Amino acid sequence: MSEFSVGVRQRDTISVLDLRGYLDAHTAPELEKAFQTELEGDRYNIVVNFSELSYISSAGLGVLMQFIEDVRSNDGDIKLSNMSSRVYNVFDLLGFPMLYEIFDQEDDAVKKFLNKSENLS
Amino acid sequence: MRTFVSDAALRLGFQDDEVGQIELAIDEACTNIIKHAYKYNPDGIIEIRLSTLKTDGKTKFIVDIFDSGISFDSSRYTAPDMKEYFKKLRHGGLGIVLMKKLMDEVEYGQMVGEKNSIRLVKYLPS
Repeated sequence: MSEFSVGVRQRDTISVLDLRGYLDAHTAPELEKAFQTELEGDRYNIVVNFSELSYISSAGLGVLMQFIEDVRSNDGDIKLSNMSSRVYNVFDLLGFPMLYEIFDQEDDAVKKFLNKSENLS
Repeated sequence: MRTFVSDAALRLGFQDDEVGQIELAIDEACTNIIKHAYKYNPDGIIEIRLSTLKTDGKTKFIVDIFDSGISFDSSRYTAPDMKEYFKKLRHGGLGIVLMKKLMDEVEYGQMVGEKNSIRLVKYLPS
């Protein structure tokens, strides 16, 4: 009953992961694989777009926690965008906005990365 | 399983959001059973029993979940401080935290017949 998929797009130096469907303990390994592929390719600027995600359980949130340290120690970040209120509520209940930037729109998350790299150059 | 529970909750009068919360809490409970009690053994059986109780002017929707795997010792569990959790960049162990936030009561117990049980309760808003 796998109703989950991850698509990956590149926007400038940023990888955008498009999540679709139902993210639970059963499907979380697919997201894990997608993150692993990005990290193995030294791509540490990641936006996760949740617009097509209808459900998330703690297993999905666990995947984000699993990679954040590695990403940030390589000067990157995982930014989140386009959550439905139902998905956002799960993040909010556990206090995830303390650790992750959550944007209404993917463009704003991408801009934040681009502004940062402009300031550095 | 999901339809079974959500149909019952909807019939009782819960709103969509609350039904979603109940579904997620049950998902977390069952995920913990599969992972920790049965160690992913596909032969493990999970039994779910639904009931309602009217008490103190409240209607309680009660979900009892039973398994015959390794028991979870809830007396040794302390909920993580989420600030510390994020500071130390831990992962895992969020299922129980989430269940407690989504439901009004979460109680672990052991029943006669050597089955483990967890009771999740949601109050129907009056």
